[in-house]
Amino acid sequence: MTARALEQNGISTVVIGSAWDILKSCGTPRVLYNDLPLGNPVGKPFDRSMQSTTLRSALQLLTEASQAPTYQVSPFQWAEDPEWKQQFMEIKPEMHATLRKMGDENRLERKTNKAQGLFR
Amino acid sequence: MKIEYIKRTRDYYRAQGFKQDYQWASNNQTPFQPLLKPLTDSVVTLVTTAVTEPDIPKPIRAAKSYSFASVPKAFETSELSWDKQTTHTRDRSSYFPMEILQDLAAEGTIGALAERYHFVPTEYSQSNTIEKDAPATVNACLQDAVDVAILIPL
Repeated sequence: MTARALEQNGISTVVIGSAWDILKSCGTPRVLYNDLPLGNPVGKPFDRSMQSTTLRSALQLLTEASQAPTYQVSPFQWAEDPEWKQQFMEIKPEMHATLRKMGDENRLERKTNKAQGLFR
Repeated sequence: MKIEYIKRTRDYYRAQGFKQDYQWASNNQTPFQPLLKPLTDSVVTLVTTAVTEPDIPKPIRAAKSYSFASVPKAFETSELSWDKQTTHTRDRSSYFPMEILQDLAAEGTIGALAERYHFVPTEYSQSNTIEKDAPATVNACLQDAVDVAILIPL
């Protein structure tokens, strides 16, 4: 949504991200998608070559895109084995009580913040 | 296979007992600003969701702009939702590639790095982003004569 506001005010943007569906749903003008875990959208930690290539691809996308939305998929992979993709926010049967407790804590924290005037 | 984050998030929070699903932003129209000048003459900035001032309580954290001259060695990222099982954020450049942009400016690929970078909080409330954080970021970028913003949400 920030990218959209910038574009509406004369500033060209490119988002480097790994959450394809969220960026697409939002109507993001230009996206360079890296199929990496959330946390390292530019490239693997300490892989300066991959990170540098990502930046150059993002800049190239800026110069080449002629309309919005324009999405480009980078060729990088996190690992040959896609196993890591299963783990994020995975819900296993034995986790139900823990998840429920997390939710209760979250709701209590929100309520407490609100009562203390900690909201925007 | 791309991970379906919208579905995963919905299922995850339902399992936590939240009755109402999060409404992700959904837009059919997309604004587009072509580059107004060559990249070699453009002022470029970074927009990040990584936190520069963790002492500000999360519920009241707002968009803010900071000098590239005083970037923290490590941003606060623990409160953000990223894949903590698979990876880590100990390499700042993997989500905030300032040094790479400085190299690109030095070799002349981009005109210059802007004065400031911009923090935009990961906000539950879309209206806070649309009505407060996005306009604050736009104004700061206009003040800094930014031509190009690279946004890198963790």
